Amino acid sequence: MRIPCPYCGSRDLSEFIYHGDAKPKRPDRSAENASELHYNYVYLRENPAGPIQELWYHASGCRSWLNVARDTRTHIIAGAILATEAMP
Amino acid sequence: MKCFSLLTLAKEALSGNRGWLPQWREATPQSAYDVVVIGGGGHGLATAYYLAKQYGIRNVAVLEKAWIGSGNVGRNTTIVRSNYLLPGNIPFYELSMKLWEGLEQDFNYNAMVSQRGVLNLYHSDQQRDAYARRGNAMRLHGVDAELLDLDGVKAIAPFLNFDDARFPIQGGLLQRRGGTVRHDAVAWGYARAASGSGVDIIQNCEVTGMEILQGRITGVRTSRGPIRARKVAVAVAGSTSRVATMAGLTLPIESHVIQAFVSEAIKPLIPGVITFGAGHFYVSQSDKGGLVFGGDIDGYNSYAQRGNLPVVEDVCEGGMALMPMIGRIRVLRNWGGLLDMSMDGSPIIDRSSIDGLYLNCGWCYGGFKATPASGLCFAHLIAQDAPHPAAVAFCLDRFALGALIDEKGVGAQPNLH
Repeated sequence: MRIPCPYCGSRDLSEFIYHGDAKPKRPDRSAENASELHYNYVYLRENPAGPIQELWYHASGCRSWLNVARDTRTHIIAGAILATEAMP
Repeated sequence: MKCFSLLTLAKEALSGNRGWLPQWREATPQSAYDVVVIGGGGHGLATAYYLAKQYGIRNVAVLEKAWIGSGNVGRNTTIVRSNYLLPGNIPFYELSMKLWEGLEQDFNYNAMVSQRGVLNLYHSDQQRDAYARRGNAMRLHGVDAELLDLDGVKAIAPFLNFDDARFPIQGGLLQRRGGTVRHDAVAWGYARAASGSGVDIIQNCEVTGMEILQGRITGVRTSRGPIRARKVAVAVAGSTSRVATMAGLTLPIESHVIQAFVSEAIKPLIPGVITFGAGHFYVSQSDKGGLVFGGDIDGYNSYAQRGNLPVVEDVCEGGMALMPMIGRIRVLRNWGGLLDMSMDGSPIIDRSSIDGLYLNCGWCYGGFKATPASGLCFAHLIAQDAPHPAAVAFCLDRFALGALIDEKGVGAQPNLH
């Protein structure tokens, strides 16, 4: 697998550290059901078989956090952008 | 089902081996069962076997989307051991080890259970202390463990690289009762014995949906038609989330890939199972002579049953650091298997939020050694609707309650377990 880093270009998998699904967002701690929301955020994963957006850290490169679009069935990477740009 | 004994073997040998029958019936799906087990791997087959044998529930179907033995039960590195640290884990894995010890007599099949010993090497004072603690925890639970010094390791494995300046071998933690088991034979033995007890083993039958009525499961839809069931048990390892999604469940599971390797066959070299403590590399030698080895998981979500080259390199580097003389042996094959990595690295055997739907998942990279106990405890849960005493800690709500069983202590990051 090679990951297209927006800064560094196409780089080998071994330069990156994986964090996982980019979908879970840290919930509001003042919400009424904050405990349940945090349980969902920390532990539950959709774990899709197919396209997924995930966080990768370019540790041995530009040290950017990336948002990578990848297919878990084929490992084919559709693209990568900076994680900050992927934020709403 | 024909019983294997010295007498039947002799008879067959004298009559040209023409009397052997298929090891299990080729069943076609009935319209309804008491229990449908999804997944014809080691755990699913063992569950069906113990349901019939231990709990008298024989109206059972095992649904397998491909063929028996095509998944992880035929893809692992065949190691069995019970050298765990935490109280939730040790009794369960020791139950499994005890079941391995009597398995072949129990299900009348040669699974080649070989208690050749599992040796975990340590390379620093701190690691020795950690292993001493683990060994003490094991012995307090009645599990065998021996802490070896350097001479003890040299007596067992004189070929290791003892002169490594960066990671000198100082000793090891040895579990003599650990070892290896012929993995395919485990699948075949359980399938044969379950089928002999009346269980229908249905291959090439993929579950495509679940019938749920007012919070209760009533059956499954499959590629070979609908099947009604009073209880449905899911034992599908890396495909757990896919199957759970059919019931609308989201679980604390990520699917990952781990690779395993086998070398060309050589003369007997490795006496038992040896693990490198400074990197991640474990090796044993099959009875055919090939070195069977592996290391870390690839570390990213995957359903591909194949991995990438950085891990291949890392595993081989670990092997070269530990036993440089294997450098000229050629790797014959490598392959990948799908892991159901849980959020604390420990398994889940529990009811789900849907009545009649039971979960057996989260085995990470350690499912094979657990096969007999997993089957027994899962069968107990399904039959009695209460957890088996050895698997009480493997409940699904432990994540919400904070009662995690995190052997490695790395938190909710599945690729680090």
